[in-house]
Amino acid sequence: MYMSRAARYVLATFTTLVLLVLYFPILYIARLSINKARSYAWPPQGFTLQWWRAASHATGPRDALFRSLETALLASAIALVLGTLASFALTRYRFFGHNAVSFIAVLPIALPGIVTGIALNSGYHRVGINLSLFTLVVAHATFCIVIVYNNVAARLRRLAPSLEEASADLGADIFQTFGYITFPLMRSALLAGGLLAFALSFDEIVVTTFTAGSGFETLPLWIFNNMFRPNNLPLVNVVATVVVVLSIIPVYLAQRLSDGALGASGR
Amino acid sequence: MSSGAAVSLRGVTKRFGAVTAVAGVDLDIAEGEFFSMLGPSGSGKTTMLRLIAGFELPTAGTVLLKGRDVTRLPPFDRDVNTVFQDYALFPHMSVAQNIAYGLRVRRVAKEERNRRVDEALASVRLDEFGSRRPHQLSGGQRQRVALARALVNRPAVLLLDEPLGALDLKLREEMQVELKAIQQQVGITFIFVTHDQQEALTMSDRIAVFADGRIEQVGTPTEIYERPMTQFVAGFVGTSNVLQPAVARALVGRDAIATIRPEHIRIVAVGAEPDADEMHTIATVRDVQYLGAFVRVRAETDEGARLVVDVPSFTGVGADVALGRRCTLAWSSRYVRAVGQSSSTNTGGEE
Repeated sequence: MYMSRAARYVLATFTTLVLLVLYFPILYIARLSINKARSYAWPPQGFTLQWWRAASHATGPRDALFRSLETALLASAIALVLGTLASFALTRYRFFGHNAVSFIAVLPIALPGIVTGIALNSGYHRVGINLSLFTLVVAHATFCIVIVYNNVAARLRRLAPSLEEASADLGADIFQTFGYITFPLMRSALLAGGLLAFALSFDEIVVTTFTAGSGFETLPLWIFNNMFRPNNLPLVNVVATVVVVLSIIPVYLAQRLSDGALGASGR
Repeated sequence: MSSGAAVSLRGVTKRFGAVTAVAGVDLDIAEGEFFSMLGPSGSGKTTMLRLIAGFELPTAGTVLLKGRDVTRLPPFDRDVNTVFQDYALFPHMSVAQNIAYGLRVRRVAKEERNRRVDEALASVRLDEFGSRRPHQLSGGQRQRVALARALVNRPAVLLLDEPLGALDLKLREEMQVELKAIQQQVGITFIFVTHDQQEALTMSDRIAVFADGRIEQVGTPTEIYERPMTQFVAGFVGTSNVLQPAVARALVGRDAIATIRPEHIRIVAVGAEPDADEMHTIATVRDVQYLGAFVRVRAETDEGARLVVDVPSFTGVGADVALGRRCTLAWSSRYVRAVGQSSSTNTGGEE
C-alpha cells in the first residue's frame, strides 16, 4: 500500500508512543526490583540484588508461585482435553444446535471476569461446594478451554480432509490415521493452545479472587495483597518481574509454534 | 457377476439429502483397462470414484472388486488406492516416508519396504528426491509422488481423481503420456476421472460419459467421438452441430436429432460444385475465428440452422469466408449421425 512519507512518520511516532505507554511501566517495575531505595520515586537509585535474595528466602511468594503453577497446569490440562474434543466436534460434524454450541464455547473469554467470578462463587455456595484448588481450577478452565478450542479448530479447518482420506485409502485404520497423520499435524496447535492457556491462568486475578479458597493465595493474589504494605513493596517488584517473565515465555513459544506451523504443513 | 471384471457396479445410487449424485449406475471395468469417467462438474463422476474407494457408502446398489462385494467395507479394507486431486501428500513426512506409508501401516518388513520405496521413486524418476518434503517439490513432482505412493501398494485398481487438473498445459500433456506408459508397464486397472474430453480421448481404453448422475454412453474413444449415441455425448465430447428434428429433415433428410462434426463440413470453393454424392446447402458467414491449425467458421443456412465449420488453415480459405459472404457448405451423408434424446437435460454445449 502506498503511504506518503509524512503519514509513515506519524504512524511510526504514534506506534512508538503506544508501545512505550504499554511497556515502560513494566520495565520500570523490573528496574525497581534492583533499586536501592524502597519507593517508586523517579529516578531509580543504585543497584542491589538484596530484594531478589530476600524474595528467594521468603516463603509467601514461593508458596504462591507453586500454587499458581499448580492451578495453571491443571486448568490448561483440562482445557486441552475438553477444548480439543469440542473443536473436533464443531469442525468435523454438523448437528442440531451446532452454531449455538460453538458460540457458547467461545463466550467465556468475552464475559467480564468479575461476572464469571461472582456467578461461579454463588453457584458453588448454592450447591454447597467449599472453595478450594478444585473450584479455582474449574473456574480457570472455563476460559482456558476457549484458547485451546480456537487454536485447534483453526488448525483443523486448515487441514485438508483429503489427508485423512488418503491415510485410510493407503490402508491405515482410524487409530493409525490419528496417530500418524491427524495428531502430528495438530501437535503444534495443541502446544500453542496449551501454553497460551497456561499464561492466561497463571496471571489471572479477578476470577481467582472469587473462586480460590481462603488462604489459597496465587502469585497475582499475593502481589495484590502485599502491594499496599510499604515493607513488602520491593518484594512485590521482584515477584511482579518473575510473573511477567513466566508469562512472556509461553506466549512467545506459542506464537513461534503458530507461525512455524504454516511452513511445516507445507502449503 | 462377470468374471474378469476388476470393478463391477450394480445399480449404484448415491443421494445427498434431496440431491441424487449418482443414479443407478451399472458398469463393468475390465482388468488392466485404462478407464475414464468423463463428465462436466456435478455429473457424479467424482462421487462414483469415492464410492469405489469407500469414502462414501451408496444409498443403493453394489460395488464389486474382482467379484468380491465391498459395498460396506471401509477404505482401508479395499484393495484400491487413490491419487487425489490435491495429491493429499502428508506435509510432515518426507517424500520417501509418504511413499512408504501404505507399506508401514500394513506392517511390511523394513528391508522390503525400503526396496519397494526405492523402486517406486525410480519408476517416477524421483530417485534423488526421497528426503525432500512435499512443499519443496514442484506441482509435477508432487503429482508423481502421489502416483508412486499409491502404486507402491500394488493395488488391484488405481483411482485417479482429476490428477492433472492443477498442472499447466505443457506439463499436463507430458504427464498424460507418462501416466499411460506407467499404466501399461504395471498393468494395473486405472480408473481416471476427468472433465477434459481431450484428456479422456488421448489416454483411455474406454470412456464412460457421465451426465446428471447417469452414464450416457460407454465406449472406446473412437466410438464415443465418431458414434455418439446421445445429443449430450455429441455436444460434450468434441464440438458437434446438433440439428433438431425440424431442421434435420430440411437439411439432411432425417426425422430425428442429427449431429455432424464441424471438421466434416467443407466450404465449396467459389465457382466449384459440390461432389455428386454430397449433401449441400447455401449459408451466410456470421463469424470467423482463426484457431491456428484450423479456422472455425459459424454460418447460418437459408433453412435457418447455425452450423459450425472447421476449415483446415492450409486450404487457404481466405476471402471465401469473409463476414457476410454467401457460400456453399457440403458434407457426406455418412458423417451425419442420428442421436437419441439425451436422458440429461444438459445439452453438453460446445466446450
